[in-house]
Amino acid sequence: MAELLFELLSEEIPARMQARASDDLKRLVCDGLKAAGLAFAGARALATPRRLALVVDGLPIAREDVSEEKRGPRVGAPDQAIQGFLKGAGLASLDQAEKRDTGKGEFWFAVVTRKGGPTADALPGILDAAMKSLPWPKSMKWGSGTMQWVRPLQSILALFDGKVLVGEIALGGTMKPIVFGDLTRGHRFRSKGEIRVTDFDDYASKLKAAHVIVDAAERKKIILDGAEKLCAGAQVALQTDDGLLDEVAGLVEWPVPMLGTIDAAFMDVPPEVLIVSMKTHQRYFATATKDGRLANRFVVVANTEGRDGGATIVDGNERVLRARLSDAKFFWDQDRKVRLEDRLPALKDVVFHAMLGTQAERVSRIARLAVEIAGHVPGADLGLVEQAALLCKADLVTGMVGEFPELQGIIGRYYALSEDLPVAVADAIGDHYSPAGPNDRCPDAPVSIAVALADKLDALVSFWSIGEKPTGSRDPFALRRAALGIVRIVVENKIRLPLRKFVKADDLLAFFAERLKVQMREKGVRHDVVDAVLARGHEDDLIRLLARVEALQVFLGSEAGKNLLTGYGRAANIVRAEEKKDKALAAKIAGVPDAALLEQVEEKEVAMALAGVERALAPALAAEDFSGVMAAFAGLRGPIDVFFDKVTVNVADKPELRLNRLKLLNQIRATMDSVADFSKIEG
Amino acid sequence: MSAPSKPQCFQELILTLQDYWAGQGCLILQPFDMEMGAGTFHTATTLRALGPKPWRAAYVQPCRRPSDGRYGENPNRLQHYYQFQAILKPSPSDILERYLGSLDAIGIDPGLHDIRFVEDDWESPTLGAWGLGWEVWCDGMEITQFTYFQQVGGIEVDLVAGEITYGLERLAMYLFDKKTVYDLPFNRVDSEVPLTYGDVFLQNEQEQSAYNFEHADTDMLFRHFADAEKECTGLVGKKLPLPAYEQCIKASHAFNLLDARGVISVTERQSYILRVRELAKACCEAWLGTRKKAA
Repeated sequence: MAELLFELLSEEIPARMQARASDDLKRLVCDGLKAAGLAFAGARALATPRRLALVVDGLPIAREDVSEEKRGPRVGAPDQAIQGFLKGAGLASLDQAEKRDTGKGEFWFAVVTRKGGPTADALPGILDAAMKSLPWPKSMKWGSGTMQWVRPLQSILALFDGKVLVGEIALGGTMKPIVFGDLTRGHRFRSKGEIRVTDFDDYASKLKAAHVIVDAAERKKIILDGAEKLCAGAQVALQTDDGLLDEVAGLVEWPVPMLGTIDAAFMDVPPEVLIVSMKTHQRYFATATKDGRLANRFVVVANTEGRDGGATIVDGNERVLRARLSDAKFFWDQDRKVRLEDRLPALKDVVFHAMLGTQAERVSRIARLAVEIAGHVPGADLGLVEQAALLCKADLVTGMVGEFPELQGIIGRYYALSEDLPVAVADAIGDHYSPAGPNDRCPDAPVSIAVALADKLDALVSFWSIGEKPTGSRDPFALRRAALGIVRIVVENKIRLPLRKFVKADDLLAFFAERLKVQMREKGVRHDVVDAVLARGHEDDLIRLLARVEALQVFLGSEAGKNLLTGYGRAANIVRAEEKKDKALAAKIAGVPDAALLEQVEEKEVAMALAGVERALAPALAAEDFSGVMAAFAGLRGPIDVFFDKVTVNVADKPELRLNRLKLLNQIRATMDSVADFSKIEG
Repeated sequence: MSAPSKPQCFQELILTLQDYWAGQGCLILQPFDMEMGAGTFHTATTLRALGPKPWRAAYVQPCRRPSDGRYGENPNRLQHYYQFQAILKPSPSDILERYLGSLDAIGIDPGLHDIRFVEDDWESPTLGAWGLGWEVWCDGMEITQFTYFQQVGGIEVDLVAGEITYGLERLAMYLFDKKTVYDLPFNRVDSEVPLTYGDVFLQNEQEQSAYNFEHADTDMLFRHFADAEKECTGLVGKKLPLPAYEQCIKASHAFNLLDARGVISVTERQSYILRVRELAKACCEAWLGTRKKAA
């Protein structure tokens, strides 16, 4: 058994692509090994900013010849089938195949022999093919070559069983190919010259000595442990961030966390601005004080210790942050000289969408809508709602949002507060884009709710009106997110919003129902129960809809519910079966059964119970007492059970009796279906 | 060549870079004598990046970004600043080592500093050009833009050029430890007439910002744009790509000024960018046509 070690050394690979690329390399090489009939014990992929590495253990030194039999088409099959078979088996003509009688006729057979031989002979081809099909999100050519890779490749290390594999990668054009070797390089600045390695252990340990931690997980641990320690020493708490950690670990081969300080002059700028500057622009970790506020320390992860212990590096990073924040502070100071209200005319120059007008027009639509919605939001002051809606997009024309677009809304809130506008207005400006995702906080203050709903409803209705509806793969205006946002705001705040009043298009209403279903499913609500309630349509009040779903789910979980469902199923099945035989039957059995034709006491009982349910249903539905509705249904269960025990529906010799009984069964179905489509419930 | 001492002031930074890249086989060219948004617009980059002929050049290019003006009040932002650009075509396999050599020459010691190559794909919508590369960070600050050109004027390159662009003011502020660009020593502080960057350019920033944001005559600029567009198209038809390209640069600058004046809406903006790109594409195609004839 032997080990394969493969390393592709290149110029710096984008951090976001490293993990995926090393996994892809592993998958492609492993697939190639399997296809070549080479078994192995395990494979491990590694990546740093400058290299993708792969180690495969437990490969055989050599393969034996393998012969495989392939059955082809029937003798005399169409030529197309024959040609396909020959191609698949790698045969030139039928002379190389043999006829064989299988007992079910004569078929063509091919015996394909795969030559064995040293594994080392098979590997270069597998590695070459894997490299060429490695899917980079973006690739490039370089020099005078034509080969495409993420960044220029520098060298390739390919060892099998301690020996260099014979192979090379052609770069195309007039460039010299890269020949497989046993050499790699260490850290760009902390190591000099080439390093010769013999196997993976040697590789990993020599690289460590050359200031390269080849395993991303190990680099992450070094970063986290080091950062935590620094923070503890400075009595601040590290604000961990998995995405940032992944990225930072992909920017360094030799991670060295260092602690920097934010200049006091910037600590009055909104913390969100500082965090974006640090995290997004500089890839620093923020820290917090004991009371949870942003602390004036940050963690930067360098790629080297620095000869002076990192003093120059920390000083440099602090200066860069100062420069960035001085621009932010400039905007913070300048922007506040102009009131949000006075910025509104500038929105006339900002196009929202070519077919949907400017932001100014959008704002007036949102304001109208928000006031209308506010009537359905308990405690929402109409004046404050209108004020907040009119100002909610004003920060789009501030310098700060120009520089930090991701802070739209948040910045408007700060400016509103600094103008001493009502807090409810400021909060609504800050909250109106929320929730931006499934984990984002949902607005819960009345004014915020009204404006946030209006913002999203306007987007949905407007884009719908110009035919920009999301498709399976395309949703450029994030309308799914908007609809889900509305669903969440309404449901989490129990807002009784008649959607039909705002949404005229049926398919848009259905779009909401779909989002609701997705959301309910995630919360563990039975999808068939949701379907059953939704199938009734006409329900545009999400809160009422959910109350129905909940009551139905509880009922179906009870003994009475389960039995009634069985009864419903039997009734519906009989009616359906009879309807199939007689197309005209449906019309004949609509309506209430004729009391005079009810012969047996069991059918009278059912009719009486149904009448009772009908009487109870209307007031219970009006009072939205859905548990009451279900309780009424529960009363049906006993009579229906007895009915099926004692009564024959399809009495052969009395057609009017049969028809009346079918009417009765149909009424059971109709009564229950008036609340939810029970046929959609999966038993 | 004897090792020059480390630069002490803004002009020595330029001299050192010129000296270094001359040593790497680059022609030392002079700035293009027109207003442009980036050194990439210089014909020594845009046009020379196309075609099968090797090319190596380095030059300083004054850049104008009207909307970056801050009336001289922001310590880091300028509407007029300098780029130093080196272009090596085809990119040699040791181009990164050569680049790091330039850092050493200007006094950035990787034993003391943290040098990083951070993904940054470059795209110029107006030039119809794109490439892959990095921002080079020194202690968290972007000191260089490094790009392998893949396409220029919508045309795929034959040989890939490596383009190295230094933002000189930012780099100088870092090297000479200045908090504001205006305090940079333009020449040595012990010169007979020591002058700072502010002595040379502060008033220019104040006046040009006022012009860019408040006074530029937008009707005139719209006319200039249209005129330049027309002239460019006409010259391309006459197979004169070099003068045509100058008109393309003019149109691009008129657009940048109009953009700074805030008179171009988001949708219009896109269409103006497309119009400039069409000009750039036509110039690049015409240039390749004339080069093929010459060859």
